[in-house]
Amino acid sequence: MRRRLFVVLAALMLMAGAASDPSERLRDPAQETRARALFTQVRCLVCQNESIDDSDAELAGDLRKVVREQIAAGRTDAQVKTFLTDRYGQFVLLKPAFSPANALLWLGPFLAALAGLALLAGRWRRREATQDLSGEEETRLAALLDDEAP
Amino acid sequence: MTVELGAFALTLALALSLAQAALGFAGARRPSLAGAGEGAAIGAFAGVAAAFAALVAAFVVSDFSVTNVAANSHTAKPLLYKVAGAWGSHEGSMLLWCLILTGFGAAVAAFGRGLPAGLKSRALGVQGLLGLLFLAYTVFASNPLARLAGPPIEGRSLNPLLQDPALAFHPPFLYLGYVGFSVVFSFAVAALVEGRVDAAWARWARPWTLAAWSFLTVGIALGSFWAYYELGWGGWWFWDPVENASFMPWLIGAALLHSAVVTEKRGALSGWTVFLALAAFTFSMLGAFLVRSGVLTSVHAFAVDPTRGVLLLSILGLSSGAAFALFAWRAPALAPGGVFAPASRESLIVLNNILLTAATGAVMFGTLYPLIYEAVAGAPITVGPPYFNLVFGVLMGLAMLALPFGPLTAWKRGDLAASADRLKLAAAVAVLVGFIVFALVSPRKALASGGVALGAWVIAGALAEVAERTRAFKAPWPEVRRRLTGLPRGAWGMTLAHAGLGVFILGACYETAWKVEAAEALSLGGQLRLGAFELTLKDVGTVDGPNYLAERGRITVTRAGRPVCAPEPERRFYPAGKQSTSEVALCNLGVSQIYVVLGERRASPDGGPAWLVRSYFNPWVQLIYLGPLLMALGGLLSLSDRRLRFAVGRKP
Repeated sequence: MRRRLFVVLAALMLMAGAASDPSERLRDPAQETRARALFTQVRCLVCQNESIDDSDAELAGDLRKVVREQIAAGRTDAQVKTFLTDRYGQFVLLKPAFSPANALLWLGPFLAALAGLALLAGRWRRREATQDLSGEEETRLAALLDDEAP
Repeated sequence: MTVELGAFALTLALALSLAQAALGFAGARRPSLAGAGEGAAIGAFAGVAAAFAALVAAFVVSDFSVTNVAANSHTAKPLLYKVAGAWGSHEGSMLLWCLILTGFGAAVAAFGRGLPAGLKSRALGVQGLLGLLFLAYTVFASNPLARLAGPPIEGRSLNPLLQDPALAFHPPFLYLGYVGFSVVFSFAVAALVEGRVDAAWARWARPWTLAAWSFLTVGIALGSFWAYYELGWGGWWFWDPVENASFMPWLIGAALLHSAVVTEKRGALSGWTVFLALAAFTFSMLGAFLVRSGVLTSVHAFAVDPTRGVLLLSILGLSSGAAFALFAWRAPALAPGGVFAPASRESLIVLNNILLTAATGAVMFGTLYPLIYEAVAGAPITVGPPYFNLVFGVLMGLAMLALPFGPLTAWKRGDLAASADRLKLAAAVAVLVGFIVFALVSPRKALASGGVALGAWVIAGALAEVAERTRAFKAPWPEVRRRLTGLPRGAWGMTLAHAGLGVFILGACYETAWKVEAAEALSLGGQLRLGAFELTLKDVGTVDGPNYLAERGRITVTRAGRPVCAPEPERRFYPAGKQSTSEVALCNLGVSQIYVVLGERRASPDGGPAWLVRSYFNPWVQLIYLGPLLMALGGLLSLSDRRLRFAVGRKP
C-alpha cells in the first residue's frame, strides 16, 4: 500500500537533504551548525510532514533563508522560534510547546505508565490480602497439623 | 479470460468466507459441520489465490485492459517489478491482504489438528467473518481486476522510487505480520465466546503471534532500509504517520509475546493477554485505515480516497468494536490466575507490558494529536520527530534498563538482589563501553554514549543469562557443553531477540549521534572532505538502463591518501513517468557505510559543469538492520521449538 502512496515523493524528495546545499550555507561553521539543528525542528509548511532540513520545496528554502538570516543577525534559538511561531503559529514547530494545552500530549503516556504501575501494585496488595489466612482458618490449620503430628 | 476467471474466483472466495463463518460457528456445536467449515476456509484461500495469480499474470503479460495494470505497469519494466506491481497499488495490496488473511485461515484449518474442536471451529468462524468483511470491501469497493473500456497502448508504470528489490518484498512481509495478528484475534474472540482463557489457549495462540511479529519485524526493517538508501538523505526512520501505523502493531505484538508467556507458564494475566491479542490486529486495521484514508498528512499519503477510508473505518469499528464489547462482557468472568510476588518474572513482564503499551500510546497519541487538537482548538499543530524521540525514548530506555532482569528472575517469587548480582559483569561491561565511547569519540556526546552503554547492557545481559543457564565459568566444560546443547530453541530464540534489540540500540544511537555529512558542487576532479575521508569526482558518464537513462558518477574515496572504495552513484531519469531518482552508492566499511548521492548538474564558478555531490559517513549503520534481523531470527527460532509447534497443544 505504501508504494502507490509514494507517487508524490519523486517530486518532493529527490533532492531531499536540501539544507546541505553549499550555495545556501552560512560562512561561520558554528552558526551553520546551529541553523541546521534548528531546521530539523521546523516544519516545511507546504509539505506533508517534513522538516525544512529535508525538504526541497521552495517555501522550505525561503524558511531556511529566514532562519539563517536571523542566526547571522545574532538572535538566539529561542528568539528565532518565537519569530517563526509569531508568523506561522505553532504549526511550524515539529516539537509542540510544553504548555498547559499540550499537557496531555506530553504527560499522557507517562500517566498511562504510572496508572499501569498502580494497577500492578494494587494486584500485589490484593493478592497478599487474600493469601493471608483468617483467624478461624489459622486455628483450623493448627488443629489439622496437630492431628497429623502424632 | 484469465482476469474474468480471477474475478469469478474472488467472488467465490467471498461466498466461501460467508460459508466458513456460518459453518465455523455452527460446527462448534455440531461437529459434523466443523469439517465443512475447514473445507470452506481452504476453498476461500484457493479462490483468493486464483484471483491473485490472475492479477500477477495480467501484470506479467502487461494486459493494459485491466485498469490496475494500466495504472501501475509498463512493458519496459523488469520482470521482478512487473510481479511486484501486482501489490504496488491500493487495490492490489488489498488483494494481497485478503490472500494472507484467507491463507492464515486455511493454515489453521489444515495444521490445527491438535486444537480442541470447539475452539478451532469458532476461531475459523471468526476468521471467516474477517475474510467476509475484507473480501466484500475488495470485491465491491476496490476491485483490482476491473477492466478498462478503452485500454491504452502503454501503461503508466510504477513509480521508479518503488522499483527496488527491498520494496518489492516489503509489502508481503509487512502484510504477513499485520494480517498474521488476525489469527490471534480470531483465537481471542473464540476463547471469549467459550469463556475460557487458560494456559493451553496461550500455548495455541503464541506461535501465531511469534510468526506474525517476526514477519512484521522483517517487513518494517525492509521498509526502513529502502527509505535509507532510496530516498537519498540517509535517514532511516522519520516518525511519519505511515511508519507509526506499522510500528504500533509491532509494539503491541511484542507486548503480547511476553504476556502470553506469563499466561502459558503461570496461567496469570489471561484477561490482559486476550486484550492485547484483540489490540494487535485492531492496530493493524487502524494502520490500513490511516494509510489509505488520507485523514493524516504524511509524506507517503497520496492518491487516497475518502470513501474507501470510511469503509475501512467501518470494518475496523465493526470487527474491533464487537470484539472489545465481547471482551468487556466476558473478561470479568475469566479466571484470575496465578499469584505472584512483586519481585518475580511475572512482575517484570508486566512492567515490560506497561512500558510497551505506554510507548504504543505515545506513538498513537502523537500521530492522532494533530487531528484531535485541530478539532478541539481549531488551530493546526504539528507533532514531529522531536516529540517521539523524547517520549518514546524515555519509556523505551526504562524498559531496556529493566530488560536483562526479566529472564534472570524466577517465576512467582524471585530475588532481584540475586538477579542484580548475576548482572554485575554485564553492568560493568556496559558502563565501560559507555565511558570508552564518551572518552574516545569526538565530538563528545554524553546522552549518545549513554545510549550505546544501554545497547551494550542489553546484549551483555542476554549473554549473562545464557552463562547463568549453562553455569559457564562455574562448572567444568563438559557440563557447560551439555547444558549448552540442551538449551531449548525457545531459550536461544529469546537470547537472540534480546541481543538483536541491543545491537539495534547500539547502531541507532551511534549512527544518529555521530553521522557526518558533507555536500559540495564538484566539477570533474573536484574534492569533497567527509570527516577523515576525501572524495574525488573522477568522471561522469551516461548509462542506458532497461527502462531509464542515467548519469553515473565515478568517485574515489581515500583516507589519508590510501584508496578506500570507488562508489558509483547514479541519477536516473525514467521516461515512462517523466521522473528522476537518485541511485545512492554505498561503501561498506565494517558495520559502517559511506553513502554517496549524485545530485543535480549545475554550473561551476569557472563556467564548466559541476555536480552537487552529497555524502554521509554513517557509522555503525548496518547494526540498525542487523538488529531487527536477529530479532526476527530469534522469533523464528522460538517458533521451531518442539514445544511450540503450531497447535501441538495437548502434549506436555
